[in-house]
Amino acid sequence: MDLLQQLGQVGLQAFQRLGRGSLFFFQVLLGFPELIRRFHLVVVQMWSVGVRSLLLIVVAGTFVGMVLSLQGYNTLVDFGAEESLGVLVALSLVRELGPVVSALLFAGRAGSALTAEIGLMKATEQLAGMEMMAVDPLRRIVAPRLLGGILAMPLLAALFSALGVIGGFFVGVGLLGVDDGAFWSQMQTKVDLSDDILNGVIKSVVFGVAVTWIAVFEGYDTVPTSEGVSRATTRTVVHSSLAVLGLDFVLTALMFNG
Amino acid sequence: MHNRTLEIGVGIFVALGLAALLMLAMKVSNLGALTADGGYELQARFDNIGGLKVRSPVTMAGVRIGRVAEISFDNETYEAVARMTIEPQYNRLPKDTSASIFTAGLLGEQYVGLEPGGEEAFLEAGDEIRMTQSAVVLEQIIGQFLYSKASEGDGGKGP
Repeated sequence: MDLLQQLGQVGLQAFQRLGRGSLFFFQVLLGFPELIRRFHLVVVQMWSVGVRSLLLIVVAGTFVGMVLSLQGYNTLVDFGAEESLGVLVALSLVRELGPVVSALLFAGRAGSALTAEIGLMKATEQLAGMEMMAVDPLRRIVAPRLLGGILAMPLLAALFSALGVIGGFFVGVGLLGVDDGAFWSQMQTKVDLSDDILNGVIKSVVFGVAVTWIAVFEGYDTVPTSEGVSRATTRTVVHSSLAVLGLDFVLTALMFNG
Repeated sequence: MHNRTLEIGVGIFVALGLAALLMLAMKVSNLGALTADGGYELQARFDNIGGLKVRSPVTMAGVRIGRVAEISFDNETYEAVARMTIEPQYNRLPKDTSASIFTAGLLGEQYVGLEPGGEEAFLEAGDEIRMTQSAVVLEQIIGQFLYSKASEGDGGKGP
């Protein structure tokens, strides 16, 4: 009986959190129109989540592209199809790896920082202090961070994919001797603007919303102790990574099953 | 001052991201190759189109001059009808141009290859290419090969 009760308790808590998270999300969304007037708040957040993730994304993207090219070549060369290397690199990056890996890195790099920042603000009662001054922390603190994350994520994913293609090009053409023209022309005939690139961008926007939403909610909902902040930060990384991978499967099934 | 460097940093970041998107669109995808959506349409009837798909390339002398726009099936003649969009600058295809379906490489995709004829008049929008050659189906070739081998064997011993 106790076991059943515990199970029920855990389930109810999970649903409560989900409900609170959704309500929180819509409340923050209501603050978005105001941000157009105070866009500098978003710019500051884009600096901290976007620009400062740049180095990580640039290095990771280039190396992922280079590794894809090396590994893909080994398989393709057996079929004498090494000229399709460009297609392989571009499609894997644009459709899957670009959005997914950059979202995972983004969750670790920017999401955890957002949670820790907001969580500490709560633990040190800065959020309560703002409320005392009739400043809505949802609009002043959370909304710019959410919007900044949502805007930064697609740009980071696009950079990741583009640099990955360039990295793959250098390894494939420079190191492995694939024909330069075939690399690009096969890529251009097989990669479709709306089917592949646009869908990749849609994916990265969805991941941006999911990761940033989880990060700011975990921060805002944290238990205001140092242990609570540390647990919230861990949860952000774990939950947003799982959300990204799960959403990726759903989106892929919806977009590319034709 | 700090605010200014920060804003410049974000500006560079956004510009880089948009440049990456643009590069993906122009260099990686087919946007660069698709000059104008316009062009004129031609039709061709094939007995068998094999693995031809919508958006497969239409080439002449190995150069892509258009794409397959639509594939349908004619219920009366039991033929496949492929509508092709040819880019507008290639408007000097002779009337007796022939169309065949080829395969790029051993396992590659299939495409329509046009072979120019010798007539003076040119094909115009909506015209049909009369001379067509179907896709080569591997199983049929193997079947024919086996059949001819078998009949050869018979010919030796037969009456």
